Amino acid sequence: MTASPAAVDAAGWFAPEQLPMLPQRLVEHLLSLTGAPEVLISIAGIAASAGTVLLVFSSAFALLSLIERKVLARAQNRIGPNRAGWFGLLQPLADGIKMLTKEDVVPDKAEKFLHFLAPVLIVLPAILALGVLPYGRDWTPLPLEAGLLFFFAIGALTELSVFIAGWASGSKFPMLGAMRAISQMVSYELPLILSALGVVMVSGTLSLQEIAAQQSGFHFGFIPAWNLFTPWGLVAGLLFFICSIAEANRSPFDLPEGESEIVAGHMTEYSGFKYALFFMGEYLGLFAIAGLGITLFLGGWQPPVPGLAYVPSWVWFAAKISVVIFLYLWIRASFPRLRIDQLMRFAWLCMIPMALLTLPAAAIWHFTGRGAFSWLVTLPLLLVPWIILGNVFNRRLAPGRRRYRFADG
Amino acid sequence: MNDATSSPKPPGKRWSLPGAGLLKGMAVTGRNLVGSFFTKERMTTVQYPEQRAPISPNFRNFPFLVHDGDDPDAGLRCVACSICEKECPPQCIYIVLERDAEGKSLKRPKIFDIDVSVCMNCGICAEVCPFDAIYMDGEYELSTGDRFEGLLFHKERLAKSADYHMRLRPKEATQVMERRKAEEEKKAAAAAAKAAKAKAVKDADANPTASANPKPEGGEA
Repeated sequence: MTASPAAVDAAGWFAPEQLPMLPQRLVEHLLSLTGAPEVLISIAGIAASAGTVLLVFSSAFALLSLIERKVLARAQNRIGPNRAGWFGLLQPLADGIKMLTKEDVVPDKAEKFLHFLAPVLIVLPAILALGVLPYGRDWTPLPLEAGLLFFFAIGALTELSVFIAGWASGSKFPMLGAMRAISQMVSYELPLILSALGVVMVSGTLSLQEIAAQQSGFHFGFIPAWNLFTPWGLVAGLLFFICSIAEANRSPFDLPEGESEIVAGHMTEYSGFKYALFFMGEYLGLFAIAGLGITLFLGGWQPPVPGLAYVPSWVWFAAKISVVIFLYLWIRASFPRLRIDQLMRFAWLCMIPMALLTLPAAAIWHFTGRGAFSWLVTLPLLLVPWIILGNVFNRRLAPGRRRYRFADG
Repeated sequence: MNDATSSPKPPGKRWSLPGAGLLKGMAVTGRNLVGSFFTKERMTTVQYPEQRAPISPNFRNFPFLVHDGDDPDAGLRCVACSICEKECPPQCIYIVLERDAEGKSLKRPKIFDIDVSVCMNCGICAEVCPFDAIYMDGEYELSTGDRFEGLLFHKERLAKSADYHMRLRPKEATQVMERRKAEEEKKAAAAAAKAAKAKAVKDADANPTASANPKPEGGEA
């Protein structure tokens, strides 16, 4: 990243592995030809790099909005959008035009400035979080030493913007949605970070590119040495995945929106492009957290099968993020929304204890040599509490069969 | 576990692998997700403007006028008796009888208007009509940009052939056709009998020696 443009020959620029860096290098090279000052060149290079990320993920957002509707439709034996363009491919464009041309209504009782600020603030952390992910072997747009810390610090801003949206709307349903969002996101942030801590303990670093690089190689020649394929990593990965659904406000944890209960939650008083910005923030946040999950547990840009190292590493990242996003869609198609008390109970009585257990498991796994013996020790440590906790949760804490006083006698 | 066979416990009271139920649920949606690409029977969508779901024979909305033959104006069964106009609860029918120069009824409507924005699709007009002239239609694509003139249907718009009625509601139309045919035959037979009778009378008049007929000629049936 620090190599001067002149040091890299043009053939290297167009190598498949280096392709994502092409815009940045081109801009830097062209500017250096004009003799611009060094500071300007590096700023322009950073802007080009950020532009690449933005462009890729905004188009991915547009595509995902279509794919999501298609997948949901297929899960319900419907066809999905197929009118705008070939297989509905122009649907995102049509949606965008619709959103842009709609009237932007600001309620009388709204805090005008905050009401405007909230949709901007919800996109911002998602974009910033996307910056620190290692997309390929050589490409991290913002290679921070404490990328994981930065990610969580920035990610916490989402709660704030959701609450600002609810508060500034000056209306009841948004306020209810914001209250739900705060309680939900704060609760799920705990197991989210706890489950990521195991990875930090084993890797010994907060740098995301380092975490991804450490998961190289294969066990027995075919099982990738990803963190997911360790006892603590499996549990932590699952917990991380569940928490990421809750953090991204997606079904079945979409209580802050809760269409059937509180109209659209914190977005109720928004219309037009501000409304679209909320969705953009939500989907970009989804990409970011899925990307983080991949980096922590699924080996980042590492190929899943040996002998495929010639495929550019960023292709593997894209493939993995597609699979994880598809899982999100599948889950959305399958499960109904939780009730708020069930949601909170699940977070505090099931997720957090399990996430805490992954920490000693990761430590034991590390200090017993990361081999077959470590499996023997750590697997029961996690499996037994999981089964006990899950069943106790089902028996005692989940509401039993409802008795109707007059119908059941 | 031991008494699982004797008394099935409710799902919450059995030991199980937590999360197994979620996987079962995802398998269901997953089957639909994949199956919808292979099994056409799964898909219930009707691609509306290109395809149409068949309408039920009992589906009815606004009325139409039946005409026999090809000419919508001359073949109209309606005789402008105005029974439907009087029976119509929201009074959406307006009929003017056509008369010739002397003011004699021509037994057909000069104006027959139905305001479908007022019509409530009750079907009383079709029930009361003694001439099988008005029936309920199955057409549902009636949206228009002009909510006054566009929703006021005139005679020309309302007239539809007996074949259309047959296609729309085969059972009902067949019954109507059979009844009408029987009536026509009866009428024809009556007319033939009358003609034969008249002929006989004429013959008797021409040849008084054959039989003496006391009945005077020209009696109306």
